[in-house]
Amino acid sequence: MKTFHIGGVHPAENKLSAASPIRTAAIPKQAVFSMFQHIGAPAVPVVKKGDEVKVGTLLGEAGKGLSVPVFSSVSGKVSKVDAVLDSSGTRRMAVIVDVEGDEWEDHIDRSDKLVTFKDLGSITAEEVIRRIKAAGIVGMGGATFPTGVKLMPPPGTKAEAIIVNAVECEPYLTADHRLMLEKPEQILVGIQLIKHAVNCPKAYIGIEMNKPDAIKLLTDLLKEKAAQYPGIEVVPLKVKYPQGGEKQLIDAVIGRQVPAPPALPINVGAIVQNVGTVYAIYEAVTKNKPLIERIITVTGKSVAKPTNFLARIGTPMQQLIDEAGGLPEDTGKIIGGGPMMGRALMSLEVPVTKGSSGLLLMTEKESRRGEVSPCIRCAKCVSACPMGLEPYLLASYTRLKDWDGCEKNDVTSCIECGSCAFTCPSNRPLLDNIRVAKQTVMGIIKARHMEAIKK
Amino acid sequence: MNFKNMKPIISLSPHVHGGDSVQKNMFGVCIALIPALIASLYFFGLGSAIVLLTSVAACVFFEWAITRFILGRERLTICDGSAVLTGLLLGFNLPSNLPIWIIIIGALVAIGIGKLTFGGLGCNPFNPALVGRVFLLISFPVQMTSWPLSGQLGYLDAETGATPLALMKLAIKEGDTSYLDQLPSAFDMLVGQTGGSLGEVSALCLLIGCCYMIWKKIITWHIPVSILGTVFVLAGLFHLIDSSYANPVQVILAGGLMLGACFMATDYVTSPMTAKGQLIYGCAIGVLTVLIRDFGSYPEGMSFAILIMNGFTPLINTYVKPKRFGEVKK
Amino acid sequence: MNVILIAVIVLGAIGLVSALILFLAAKKFAVHEDERIGKVAEVLPQANCGGCGFPGCSGFAGACVKAADKGSLEGLLCPVGGQPVMEKVADILGMKAEASAPKVAVVRCNGTCESRPRIAEFDGAQSCRVQNMLGSGETACAYGCLGCGDCVAACQFDAIHMNPETGLPEVDDEKCTACGACSKACPRGVIEIRLKGLKNRRVVVLCNNKDKGAVTRKACTVGCIACQKCVKVCKFEAITVEGNLAYIDAEKCKLCRKCEDECPQNAIHAFNFPPRKPKAEAPAAEKPAAVAEKPAANEATVPVGSPTGNVEPAKEQ
Repeated sequence: MKTFHIGGVHPAENKLSAASPIRTAAIPKQAVFSMFQHIGAPAVPVVKKGDEVKVGTLLGEAGKGLSVPVFSSVSGKVSKVDAVLDSSGTRRMAVIVDVEGDEWEDHIDRSDKLVTFKDLGSITAEEVIRRIKAAGIVGMGGATFPTGVKLMPPPGTKAEAIIVNAVECEPYLTADHRLMLEKPEQILVGIQLIKHAVNCPKAYIGIEMNKPDAIKLLTDLLKEKAAQYPGIEVVPLKVKYPQGGEKQLIDAVIGRQVPAPPALPINVGAIVQNVGTVYAIYEAVTKNKPLIERIITVTGKSVAKPTNFLARIGTPMQQLIDEAGGLPEDTGKIIGGGPMMGRALMSLEVPVTKGSSGLLLMTEKESRRGEVSPCIRCAKCVSACPMGLEPYLLASYTRLKDWDGCEKNDVTSCIECGSCAFTCPSNRPLLDNIRVAKQTVMGIIKARHMEAIKK
Repeated sequence: MNFKNMKPIISLSPHVHGGDSVQKNMFGVCIALIPALIASLYFFGLGSAIVLLTSVAACVFFEWAITRFILGRERLTICDGSAVLTGLLLGFNLPSNLPIWIIIIGALVAIGIGKLTFGGLGCNPFNPALVGRVFLLISFPVQMTSWPLSGQLGYLDAETGATPLALMKLAIKEGDTSYLDQLPSAFDMLVGQTGGSLGEVSALCLLIGCCYMIWKKIITWHIPVSILGTVFVLAGLFHLIDSSYANPVQVILAGGLMLGACFMATDYVTSPMTAKGQLIYGCAIGVLTVLIRDFGSYPEGMSFAILIMNGFTPLINTYVKPKRFGEVKK
Repeated sequence: MNVILIAVIVLGAIGLVSALILFLAAKKFAVHEDERIGKVAEVLPQANCGGCGFPGCSGFAGACVKAADKGSLEGLLCPVGGQPVMEKVADILGMKAEASAPKVAVVRCNGTCESRPRIAEFDGAQSCRVQNMLGSGETACAYGCLGCGDCVAACQFDAIHMNPETGLPEVDDEKCTACGACSKACPRGVIEIRLKGLKNRRVVVLCNNKDKGAVTRKACTVGCIACQKCVKVCKFEAITVEGNLAYIDAEKCKLCRKCEDECPQNAIHAFNFPPRKPKAEAPAAEKPAAVAEKPAANEATVPVGSPTGNVEPAKEQ
């Protein structure tokens, strides 16, 4: 069984909502569209207070440099353009729309009919990428990197393998799993579109063994319609966290290791796309539908009905929780995303964004970290680190403020997967400290770079 | 529940923990020592019980007393199980007829000097139990080298005799292979029909414990395998060159090698952090052990070898790095 | 006899050869350092705090000598030694010291446990920098003190301490050398290195919140809401409001304390002034008084969360 080669841990899976079909969440009364839903420059609002918008209307155009546009997922009137609290915990620019009815822009095809690659005729690669960019698609696994940029390999590199990330290695989350079960053909068409866009003959779908139904469904489908979907292969992977990390997935599927930053996956000929992103690409290219809704798992041990919602972007989290049976009495922590890499939220007014893969309500008891005791140098963090780093050492260097030591020991390679802190028997906040070091060292490197340019 | 009434907990990811703890690891090692404990009770009876109880009790007491009254720490460190483990391991390194007062001195040195002078669990450069044992070995050579024979169930009056290691040493010194004929068979040594310290008696039980620890992921295979492998290869070489050196199977089964390889050298705090480093560390211990056994003045070299390599652990940690992801081979 | 002689000769020869090697090495590898650097370094405090912006005292000494060769010591200041030390340095280098006023670290946040309710509970490494990665942190204010004491840990002079009652750090003016280590350690830039002022008296806006007034008011009862009242009342144009936050220019401020009276949020504080003459209910703004004077009536304006009233013990490292 394939998997990545260094480190890894096995968190309890707790996929409580794996059997619950995707449910369409109600349209909210008020929707909040953050201009910061992606990595890079924020989108720039193009509407003002009082403007009428429809579903699919452009609210913010892409900013300068790395950026994507933001579209309305509801119809109604813009109530204000202001800084509001978002999932980052800070106030940032957003467009707030008071919802009236559900009117869609005319150019969006709302039918459920499957559009195959053949139906699109002789669509060019440029056109596919243009539509992806215009739809504001970003990586939907949580990293929110603009997809259009990822699909344009820099000169000198060539995509040799498309890898579809259907690993969903985060405990609790089942959004991608359900999507594969309910929209398999759409995903396959989406993969064809990506292959076409980057002119790459081979695509792999990496799925962990804890989703045997999805593996079987897609394998059978590919066998049955081999002529229709050539060059696509399902790769079952051994269950191990963080297999969904881009670098780990490439290692697991095609056995190549991406070197330390600034090298990119494309340097080893790989392009990784989350399965949710693939579906969004399908909808954008075949149906002209911008990225206005996504699947989000609302789950937790005390949640009455753990559910996978198809929610409009901008829906407040509170509403989804209400639909999933309300906020449990013993909630201690609210996490946007999965338990290993998600962010703790301070408010339930936070809206669903393009990168929201899940909402996890942890009980008070689970929420608290254990008491920290001294490092016993058991080396479990070293063997757990999927990047081959020494977390104990980086954390000590951070305490000593030895940023040079951190840099020499490759702190910038850290992918912040949390395996070290997860495995530490002394409950040490290893990743907290490593993040501080990483931030500082990145700053130092940047400053050095600027200095060099000046000279 | 209304969110307004709630004060959510916020923290950086990860938000879940694997549930591993210091206690689990320490008591896991203690559990792994149970087969050996039973064997030592079976072969040494009362003496074994008295020595082990004294050693554990004294270690726990000193840990508590020193942290509480000398270091003035509020935190109770005896609950983490490391003092119990040190006590057990120290006891396993002692002969079953050792007087109580010597054991208490050993415990004081192990916990007080070996561990707490450096700041307690996680900070000690040398394995505390071994510091205690070596201190006693040098201070009380007579008591510490008269090993009761297996099956002597009494305490202070237990009959002592030559251990397999002493016989091997004699054979090398005098170049006389007839001493080797007096060695118990490999099977007897495996099961425990030999004289020696409490923990050394049954190599089989120690191996069972070691497998348990590897299965429970308390330790990795690197250190025990590299030590045993190196000793086997090196002793085999000597045996091939000159038959007055004992055969490698008996060398591995004799003395504290198994205890050292499985339980003492694998101590978290004093062993290297990376798999590569652990292999280097294990091989070096193996080589040192064979050299001390064959050419040194003491019949047993395991504890010295481990302590020497404990001293090299920081150096190994500095220079032996794990293979980074995507690292290009130069 | 012979043995002794041989020993003496051999040792003597070894000694001679070694001495020769050492002599040659000293000649060959001699490093010529400006002797003034050593002299300057001698008068420096040798705290190696880095407050001057150079790596340690010897680094600063080197910079001084270089600057002196260029003709001016301008811009160079040892914040620890202050003016006296700089005069000595100038003496050694045959220059004139630039006059500079003494400075002190000021914590520009007064969001105590009472005035700034905790809306969340932080769990993790007790470090401000870690908490700062979680957005606004434990309170709704994304600009104020986080209370984990990174500044306390950074201080080399034992001059800044957490007050467990307020959850805020307090600077000991006597000990503070204005080296700026705390200011650099604070991830939110709450601590300002500010002119110490005449007789140590100064008037400061104790707030760092750049949010709009309504948002600030929700987060904290003593936050600056940028109402501009202080700007209007100031006769010396010392106060400016930028990014929804008032700032008093210490060089222009004439310490009239009119702004302090005017501020509706009690965000402006005057330090080290003698008690005022008993006027109608105007309490003397001594440092500790500023903390305790918040009336309970203000709680009505705090819709976010509910102030428990309990004073939470500040988390310290």
